[in-house]
Amino acid sequence: IDVLQTNLKIEKDHIVIIFSNGRLNAVSCIDGEVLWEKDFEGESLEVQQVIQPPGSNLIYVVGFASSSLFEMYQINALNGELLKHESAAFSGGFLGEVSPVFSETVVALDSTGLILLTISFQNGKISFQQTPISNLVKDSFGPAKIIPSSVTGIFAIKMNAVTIVIRLTDENKLEVVEKTNHETSISDALSISEGQQAFALVQHAGHEIHLRVKLAHNWDDNLLKESVKMDQHRGLVHKIYINNYIRTDKSYGFRALIVMEDHSLLLLQQGKIVWSREDGLASIIDVTTSELPVERDGVSVAKVEHNLFEWLKGHMLKLKGTLMLASPQDIAAIQSMRLKNSDKSKMTRDHNGFRKLLIVLTRAGKLFALHTGDGHIVWSHLLQSLQKSKVCQHPIGLNLYKWQVPHHHAMDENPSVLVIGKCGPSSDAPGALSFVDTYTGKELSSLSLVHSVAQVIPLPYTDSTEQRLHLLIDADKHAHLYPKTPEAISIFEREFSNIYWYSVEDDNGIIKGHALRGKCTGEVADEVCFDTRELWSIVFPSESEKIIATVTRKLNEVVHTQAKVIADQEVMYKYISRNLLFVATVALKGSGEIGSVTPEESWLVAYLIDTVTGRILHRVTHHGSQGPVHAVFSENWVVYHYFNLKAHRYEMSVIEIYDQSRADNKDVWKLVLGKHNLTSPISLYSRPDVITKSQSYFFTHSVKTIAVTSTTKGITSKQLLIGTIGDQVLALDKRFLDPRRTVNPTQAEKEEGIIPLTDSLPIIPQSYVTHALRVEGLRGIITVPAKLESTTLVFAHGVDLFFTQLAPSRTYDSLTDDFNYALLLITIVALAAAIFLTWTLSERKELQENWR
Amino acid sequence: MAGLGTKGFVLPGKTSNVKVILNGGQIVTYLRPDGYFSFQNIPAGTHLIEVAAIGYFFSPVRVDVSARNPGKVQAALTENRRGLSELVLEPLRDEQYYEIREPFSIMSVVKSPMGLMVGFMLVVVFLMPKLVENMDPEEMRRAQEEMRNQGVPSLASLLPGGGRN
Repeated sequence: IDVLQTNLKIEKDHIVIIFSNGRLNAVSCIDGEVLWEKDFEGESLEVQQVIQPPGSNLIYVVGFASSSLFEMYQINALNGELLKHESAAFSGGFLGEVSPVFSETVVALDSTGLILLTISFQNGKISFQQTPISNLVKDSFGPAKIIPSSVTGIFAIKMNAVTIVIRLTDENKLEVVEKTNHETSISDALSISEGQQAFALVQHAGHEIHLRVKLAHNWDDNLLKESVKMDQHRGLVHKIYINNYIRTDKSYGFRALIVMEDHSLLLLQQGKIVWSREDGLASIIDVTTSELPVERDGVSVAKVEHNLFEWLKGHMLKLKGTLMLASPQDIAAIQSMRLKNSDKSKMTRDHNGFRKLLIVLTRAGKLFALHTGDGHIVWSHLLQSLQKSKVCQHPIGLNLYKWQVPHHHAMDENPSVLVIGKCGPSSDAPGALSFVDTYTGKELSSLSLVHSVAQVIPLPYTDSTEQRLHLLIDADKHAHLYPKTPEAISIFEREFSNIYWYSVEDDNGIIKGHALRGKCTGEVADEVCFDTRELWSIVFPSESEKIIATVTRKLNEVVHTQAKVIADQEVMYKYISRNLLFVATVALKGSGEIGSVTPEESWLVAYLIDTVTGRILHRVTHHGSQGPVHAVFSENWVVYHYFNLKAHRYEMSVIEIYDQSRADNKDVWKLVLGKHNLTSPISLYSRPDVITKSQSYFFTHSVKTIAVTSTTKGITSKQLLIGTIGDQVLALDKRFLDPRRTVNPTQAEKEEGIIPLTDSLPIIPQSYVTHALRVEGLRGIITVPAKLESTTLVFAHGVDLFFTQLAPSRTYDSLTDDFNYALLLITIVALAAAIFLTWTLSERKELQENWR
Repeated sequence: MAGLGTKGFVLPGKTSNVKVILNGGQIVTYLRPDGYFSFQNIPAGTHLIEVAAIGYFFSPVRVDVSARNPGKVQAALTENRRGLSELVLEPLRDEQYYEIREPFSIMSVVKSPMGLMVGFMLVVVFLMPKLVENMDPEEMRRAQEEMRNQGVPSLASLLPGGGRN
């Protein structure tokens, strides 16, 4: 997308010209209405630049029609009318991008990349002027690349890591003004006074950033020249924007906003970094957690005041604060001391498991570790394997997995995470792995894979160093085992026949189940490569069903008990197989926006599929409904949210699945005396005897994502965390989505806690986890169990980040924060005093009586 | 976009944080300072408008854009199926996100465990002797002898200096 800034006005309404997807649009700034649009896709034109010369109402669109045809279109900016169209052929062909230099001149490269072409299209005539690069620069070799810039008369080219800035003089001659090895970025032009344009040039040389602000027509004079020290962990400078202000002595001062490779923003003014923002955190791809180090006796991780003087100073300040004698600076110092020493942000594990590290992977390829106590960044690491390089042209981060979680060696070994990325957008792009230590943030090792990464399956086995075995499936259906150690291979081969997984192909509407076959054969054979075989496949008819959601249980979820006691002391057994998959499909017509089809044309089908045998255990059809479907699967139930076209409202449905094969084991006598099948082995190959119960309710809001609270032992009741379209997170108790709800529950059912049935789910404002805040741009909600059974940690991310602790059944296993210790102490003291007083009184009374 | 320098222009910026959402996120728009919002070029059919505003609960509105008469829309709230004559959206109710802290009352102190402990103590200390007072001194002595014979130590005999009776 290209956005042109213009000063165009149509009756006080500013217009923004936007070029995207081959179409030129003019959008009104008041309400976003598209005033006119012009399509260039039909002309088979590869549009290179859109230029709006200041002061006129024209727009020039220039580009290449084929590899040797240059096209220019002149358009009236106010109404989109095509005024002129010229084209000219150039035998040498074109390569790469075009940079606008003057209002009717652009610069391009020929197809060899060695000759610069100055193309001018004044007065409707297109003329080419060639200048070989070797004329300008002595030892140039290799094809060049144009770096476009919108500053009048200036553009830059890059030739194997050397950046050359070139100026086009008024006599249409090219002149080299700067040649450097450092990473350079040029800002846009800033008009500071009538007719004068200023721009900034920033160069990143190792640990320093050199900033220069110059006037567009006068290269040699520097309006501003500064150098700022810069850490390496932010990567290279990507973009720069400048802004000016008037200093007290009436001269111009400039400040620069730079965007770094890790998507962080920095403001430079007067040679210093005034502020910085880690805006990479606004595009989090994946989150995992890590425990903090164990607290060791004698070794304190928190910063202790080393000498007596500092300790004394600290206490003097706190005393001043209590006596209200502190100045504002003292108050600030007291606050910062309190924050440093507070329990929340200590860097060791705590008893309740509330202090953890959240490891997040951002789209910029940077890993951050956030402390759950107060959210500060403990460490951050820009992953080299996910940065653009010769090996990896378009790196994309994919997932984070816990690689090594030491339990037995917790004191000596640090946990580490595995980062998986791929080197291109296609599904067969080679993958890249990176292993990062979570305590120090250093990269332990990295691997560039030869094969692609289509699926990652963490196995439930760990080797002797507590590294978890992972199976990476590539696009050719080979499975690769990591870590590539002989010990891992031996553990894996023992469990060879017990490994099953499934794959979903959304486009073809096929779900397949796979198992392993044997070692790889062929040219890609190596020790850790295995062939796979297909066990079963379910093909959904593409005319009537399109897969829109698949959800499975979380791997580390703990179910407390399989038995569920219901009213009248009856027991139902939950079907808690881990190999269940929930699939939602929608009619082909209904896969568009909500409300775009009539209720007769759309239906939603929900399936529960066993992924080892491919059996469909349950199927339910919702007529007159469509997606988008957001679902969550936990224990033995699935809750999914979809749109009901008939009522034109959103609905939430719950499906609970129970195991009937154990249902006749309710009698105690049978357990003691008779035969029972509780000890028979569970095998998925036998037909599971299951029953399901389901119910649907209306729900008011659109939903972006749904998650469920999870605790260490699974005893606490669950709450559904619903991220609404208004960017708030609602905690809805699971008891509202109980399929056994009836309109008039019996006495026994009321005792069990079944809520009377209503047609819609209540939204109680006090149960918004985010209270009066919004998690702007909410994308995902993650829950992590704490060590304390009653509490769970919730992390919501989007553009904003939000973290809180939730206790779905109230904190029943620890005193709450607002427990009134003072009142308890006072009561105990008062009671002791009263006891003593009354005892002496009664003694005295007895004595008096005895003397009577 | 290029910088604006010292003399930029200020668009009538959005003055509130209220979002108006069409069809579950297909289009999002904001309010103008005078409270108006607009969606352009919406095709005919049924659509859903939701309002996201902190502190207020808005019911989603079902809007039917007529295919035959361009520009005619019919709107109805989905929560209570009330029709709207004009597309003016009002909140159904306010939303309070925080529980109101109960004001301090003596009753809350009395009902807490501390208060109950103190209350029980007062009852035992002052009211029980009143009950015992009305008994004959004869009966009292007989009851005490019985207790002593049964080996139940009275509190007075436990304390040092007691047990004189």
